[in-house]
Amino acid sequence: MGKTISEKILSHASGKDAYAGDIVVAKIDAAMMHDGMAQLVINAFKEMGGKTLWDPDRVAIVIDHVAPSAYEAFSKVHKMMRMFAFKHGAKFYEVGSGVCHQLMIESGLVHPGSVIVGSDSHTCTYGALGAFATGIGSTEMAAVLLSGRLWFKVPETIEVLIEGNLPPMVFPKDVILKIIGTIKADGATYKAIEFKGSTVKSMNVEGRLTLTNMAVEMGAKTGIMEPDEKTRAFLKALGCREIKGFTSDEDVDYSESIKFDVSDLEPQVSCPHAVDNVKSVKEVEGREVNQVFIGSCTNGRLYDLRIAAKIMKGKHAKKGVRVIVIPASRKVYREAVKEGLIDIFLDFGCAICNPGCGPCAGAHQGILAPGERCISTSNRNFKARMGSPEAEIYLASPATAAASAVMGEITDPRRFLKEE
Amino acid sequence: MLGPGKAWKFGDDVNTDYIIAGKYKLSITDLDELSKHAMETLMPDFSQKVKKGDFIVAGKNFGCGSSREQAPLVLKHLGISAVIAKSFARIFYRNAVNIGLPVIECADIDKIEHGDILEVNMQRGYVKNLTKGETYRVKPLPPEIQEILLEGGLVKYVKKHGRLPWQ
Repeated sequence: MGKTISEKILSHASGKDAYAGDIVVAKIDAAMMHDGMAQLVINAFKEMGGKTLWDPDRVAIVIDHVAPSAYEAFSKVHKMMRMFAFKHGAKFYEVGSGVCHQLMIESGLVHPGSVIVGSDSHTCTYGALGAFATGIGSTEMAAVLLSGRLWFKVPETIEVLIEGNLPPMVFPKDVILKIIGTIKADGATYKAIEFKGSTVKSMNVEGRLTLTNMAVEMGAKTGIMEPDEKTRAFLKALGCREIKGFTSDEDVDYSESIKFDVSDLEPQVSCPHAVDNVKSVKEVEGREVNQVFIGSCTNGRLYDLRIAAKIMKGKHAKKGVRVIVIPASRKVYREAVKEGLIDIFLDFGCAICNPGCGPCAGAHQGILAPGERCISTSNRNFKARMGSPEAEIYLASPATAAASAVMGEITDPRRFLKEE
Repeated sequence: MLGPGKAWKFGDDVNTDYIIAGKYKLSITDLDELSKHAMETLMPDFSQKVKKGDFIVAGKNFGCGSSREQAPLVLKHLGISAVIAKSFARIFYRNAVNIGLPVIECADIDKIEHGDILEVNMQRGYVKNLTKGETYRVKPLPPEIQEILLEGGLVKYVKKHGRLPWQ
């Protein structure tokens, strides 16, 4: 019987001929932890008698969730993280470096065929590069730091086949929202989602990362796709040498196969208070917005900022709307400066914050008041995630977010088509 | 045997932000303080009213969302003896086991009402509803998971055995 990418990677990492349903103990290629969980990880590591990291070069410690710290309690956590990282020689990313997932992708630690764990549910993002990557908790992270190994149940795989050319002003974010609206919040629990098809092939790596990033919003253990020439070019540019990876066999048994034709797809929006509550933007157009957030591990890359800037160019945000732009990393920020995107955002009246999670994590930099509405390019819209339980969060593409910032209400970005 | 304790009933897709919101998780590091905000979005007075030994009873996909281990931690800290749900999101499930909070999958959740008094036997695989005089079968936990739970979580397991369960 043929094997899926996930089965091949976990077989390779465990030295066993593994299939879906098997329990394996896999060798970990890299582990990432951030300030949202670091204290618990470090305490568990110490309690378990941890003296040294299994391989400091494979451990990334990132300050991104409350960066810079907004509370003394978190300043203490950050201090503890620095001391731990320096003592053990781990890779350390200081305040302002960026969102952990973007940093991992840029670091070269993620390569096709690798097994990566992170103390964050959106670790599944790295599957766009052909890695098996998944989120774990802090106690398990401590166990990984000790041993470099972790048990996994090899997941079944859902094949998501995406075909067709994306219409103008329709982007990878619209595609993944459509998929989440169909598969629903628990439709892929314990499973891997393998994204395939001509639409995926034609997307750039940044767009593909948006797809895999949100796999966890369907309960998936990971989102994954086979590496191709674009993946290899992307990784080569980062200086990554291990770029071969695995592909699924043709005779593989997917647990389910779901097809999407996106050639007529309209801009999508995820409505309060669940990610799978997806509608077309047209259905909710005209609802007033108070805050617009462009950024996050979902949509804070250069490709995303370019899309937003194209719509914002030469315009100003509607009066009463605050627009927060956060490049996903320092590298993205620098590129955006060079390309003149930041100038466009400044002219538009945006608040440009330092690279990090920003309002998505709900700690600072954009907390909503009761009755307020935010349109955001991030990945979760749960009630109270961004502040008041009486506020609303809508999730959309950078184009829809930018168009809404211009108009001060949820707006279909196709209204700006003429200006392209 | 877990309980007897009162059932606190919740719906489907209770996400980790509802269990403990990011704004608290990312500003409060003291578990006593943090636990005061458990389930606050869904039930503002939950943390004051819940008693040691009580159960959370919920629908499908309990604990979906983030990987924050603070979610099972605050529930355990408040004295919840187990979460009984139709199904769980995978990271929450693993986290709960690793900190020693029993998680039980049960198809008969709809028969349990808010306030019913329950008793759970994990080893033998049943939930007893003392209020209604009913017994529901539950999926027994795999032995590897029971072992970690029995020791009170992964840290305690390692302290006792001097190794990880999979080493």
